[in-house]
Amino acid sequence: MNQTGSKLGVESVAHAGQPAGVHVVPLKVLVAVWAVLLVLTCLTVAATWIDLGGGNLWLAMVIATIKATLVALYFMHLRYDQPFYAVILLTALLFILLFVGLVLVDTGHYQHQLITWTEPAG
Amino acid sequence: MSESQSQQSRDDRVHAEHLAHHFATPTQQRESGKLGMWLFLATEVLLFGGLFCAYAVFRANHPEIFVYAHRYLDKTLGGVNTIILICSSLTMAWGVHAAQRGQQRRLVAMLALTLVFACGFLGIKYVEYEHKWKHGLLWGKRFQPTGLHEQSPDQSAEVHSLAAEPADARPSVAMSEGRSAIPPPAPGPAGLADADEQTEYPPGRPPNVHIFFGVYFLMTGLHGLHVIGGMIAIAWILVLSTRGRFSGAYFTPVDLVGLYWHLVDMIWIYLFPLLYLIH
Repeated sequence: MNQTGSKLGVESVAHAGQPAGVHVVPLKVLVAVWAVLLVLTCLTVAATWIDLGGGNLWLAMVIATIKATLVALYFMHLRYDQPFYAVILLTALLFILLFVGLVLVDTGHYQHQLITWTEPAG
Repeated sequence: MSESQSQQSRDDRVHAEHLAHHFATPTQQRESGKLGMWLFLATEVLLFGGLFCAYAVFRANHPEIFVYAHRYLDKTLGGVNTIILICSSLTMAWGVHAAQRGQQRRLVAMLALTLVFACGFLGIKYVEYEHKWKHGLLWGKRFQPTGLHEQSPDQSAEVHSLAAEPADARPSVAMSEGRSAIPPPAPGPAGLADADEQTEYPPGRPPNVHIFFGVYFLMTGLHGLHVIGGMIAIAWILVLSTRGRFSGAYFTPVDLVGLYWHLVDMIWIYLFPLLYLIH
């Protein structure tokens, strides 16, 4: 069998009923990503035992974003696909950021009107 | 043409049995399917994004509700669910890999394993929901906590009918006791409860905790529905794969269902810290 190019994972010659030009993610990569995801999950939980105040939320979101990126790149194949699919996903995320960001800016203007609740002493 | 190019067009013709007439090559067919699925996934991101926005607004305005109420959630169960979904993503991606390599039995096994993990996820969700139902930890007016450790001892058999406005009313205005110029709403058949100014909360509980549970059930409930939908799709391709429908030449449905399933996993990856790991 012609092995040209298969070290890139791209099967340039069809074999075993597989069409040419289809990229198959190597199993080792899938398992490695899975292991990293599990580690990051444990990290996320462990981080709740450290008090960083408001930073806890950001840390959790950063770790979650790393996990989501790994899932998107490797499990969802974006790393090896044509870039347009990633553009679609990133565009949706961009609009979400815009949406949530602007809404939070708006709600921020009403903060002084909020009736805040303070934990009663004792 | 170079040898590999002529080889490719030979292979494309050889596999034409899977080629629909309106596509020029299997590659174009495959990529079109993927494009369609990615567009759908973008709409799913927007759908959940709206709910995440609601979460962000409520949490930004009333962090005490989230800090207080999240303690009703079991972090361990949530963590186990996260691990279950990550494992199911692996088995799903492995299934796609097996389909691409023409390994039918492994494909069937991986799809079946994915379904098992998904059932585990739903099972744990059921346990969590049942606990909340039993203890009255529900949304809106149904938030009537019973039998929980945070009651003070001199309040026996606590059934607080919380003077709760519907979850979409702005809480900061409605609980105002006359500080607002907006007149109180008339009680209606669908259920604005009578504003009970004298409601006493147990010490330490902020008002409007029902908002957290509204957000919780809506987000995890919608996510759960997506899990069920994904399970139906996986079961369908599982049946097709036992009939030998998929091979290295045609694995597109497995690929596309896999994409959907990974998105469901991604959404949970964000839901878990936001709902369960509030500091």
